[in-house]
Amino acid sequence: MRRIGRDITVAVAMIVLTAASLVAQGRGNAVVRTAQAAAPIDLTGYWVSFVTEDWRFRMVTPARGDYARVPLTSDGRKTADGWNPAADESAGNQCKAFGAANIMRVPGRFHITWQDPTTLRVDADTGTQTRTLRFAPAAPAAERSWQGHSIASWDAAARSLKVVTTNMRAGYLRWNGVPYSENATLTEHFDLAPHGDGGQLLVITAIVEDPQYLQRPFIVSSHFKKERDGSKWSPTPCTSRW
Amino acid sequence: MHLSMVGRVRVAAIVVVVLSLARPAAAQFEFSGAWNYVGTEDLSNDSLPVDYMGLPLTDEGRARALTYSESQLSMPEHQCEAWPPTYLATGGFALLVTRQTEPIKGATVSYTIAAWSDRVPTVIWMDGRPHPSKYALHTRSGFTTGRWEGSTLVTHTTHMKTGNLRKTGPPISDEATMTTRYFRHGNVLTMLSVIEDPYYLTEPMVWTKSYQLAEAEVPSQVLACITTYEGATPGEVPHYSPETNPFIDEMSRKYGLPREVVLGYPETLYPDYRKKMKSGPGR
Repeated sequence: MRRIGRDITVAVAMIVLTAASLVAQGRGNAVVRTAQAAAPIDLTGYWVSFVTEDWRFRMVTPARGDYARVPLTSDGRKTADGWNPAADESAGNQCKAFGAANIMRVPGRFHITWQDPTTLRVDADTGTQTRTLRFAPAAPAAERSWQGHSIASWDAAARSLKVVTTNMRAGYLRWNGVPYSENATLTEHFDLAPHGDGGQLLVITAIVEDPQYLQRPFIVSSHFKKERDGSKWSPTPCTSRW
Repeated sequence: MHLSMVGRVRVAAIVVVVLSLARPAAAQFEFSGAWNYVGTEDLSNDSLPVDYMGLPLTDEGRARALTYSESQLSMPEHQCEAWPPTYLATGGFALLVTRQTEPIKGATVSYTIAAWSDRVPTVIWMDGRPHPSKYALHTRSGFTTGRWEGSTLVTHTTHMKTGNLRKTGPPISDEATMTTRYFRHGNVLTMLSVIEDPYYLTEPMVWTKSYQLAEAEVPSQVLACITTYEGATPGEVPHYSPETNPFIDEMSRKYGLPREVVLGYPETLYPDYRKKMKSGPGR
């Protein structure tokens, strides 16, 4: 009986020591391991939009005033009703529908790479846009941009990437001028799933919050198929006449 | 401190067992609860009689869809017919999920997604039971098993009856299967459904949609269904013979879209198709 008690005492001591060691390693890893090294999933590669949802809102331009299923405020509806692509074009704002809050809904191909060990880079061929998803703290640029300032973090337990984007220029959630303001915040979750014979699907759940133009968060999920290579990469410029 | 060999082995065993138990749970999330459908995406595509937009239909699937008349739902034998399990992926309704456990250890045996109006309940068996024989009865609810892959709940459905993917008639066969993944991020649940059908789909169909954890009680939408006379002529099955569906171009005209978009040609689902399109509203 005493022997069992002694064994248990020893076991508890070993557990405590082991746990302490693991915690210490974890702290150490947080300092030493880069975001790239710590990645629980590999998002890199070429991805193509698989447009099975919202086809008539994404592949073509809906009519002015067709903002079905977008929870716009009255201010948002008024702005959408005043959409004028020619004015956007002449003002040099032809990229308004290619900003961060909509770019992943734009049918096209996306190339995800590590720009450096703490920055994921997402290039979009349609509209020729580049997003930089920074894991390391960095101050936002002084000027707002279409792609804004994106802070990335891994959710290791969920095997997922979380990206929060702010500091965007005001843009469109859809081709026909459904607006988001420069005060909007975009939160995205990137998840992977196997697909077919060795293929992969990327699922991005995007949550747009905008105190000016949205009554409540605008949540959409988009899915992409992984492609073998960049042979179908076809950059095109922004346009306000999709 | 001196331990015998037996004692050391015992200690090592205790350490291994305790540490394995102390390891963080594989981040399985709480699936049970009420999840409100977000409803910001157009999944149903059922406002016009012929709308197969966004589907990769085979020629056979398209031909069968064009023979379908929604008036079939007025036939007494179809009035209370629930939609196939794929409706879970396409319908816009809340998920009311309960968890069933076994009484001794409390292990999860199944989750049940409650019925909703014209969708029957979905039971997701989590206890490792196999799917039935391929000769087993196919039912309106199909047979669904689930497992956790890390923090993702993965379900697989077989043994469905033949039915429609949408109200407008694009079909699925009884050999179709559906694999669904549930990702939870905070109070947002995203469902990824992949439907495979060797007869009516040229490639796996993929849908995603999102839900939010409900803060208030979500009323159940289970409605009793009683058949009644709705004008259907006994012995007749409303349908359109090949090449006679009068609604085939209605959507094309309304939105200025090529017919192949409306009829679910698979090439229309990829960005490259945009280059093939000529003109449309607002372009």
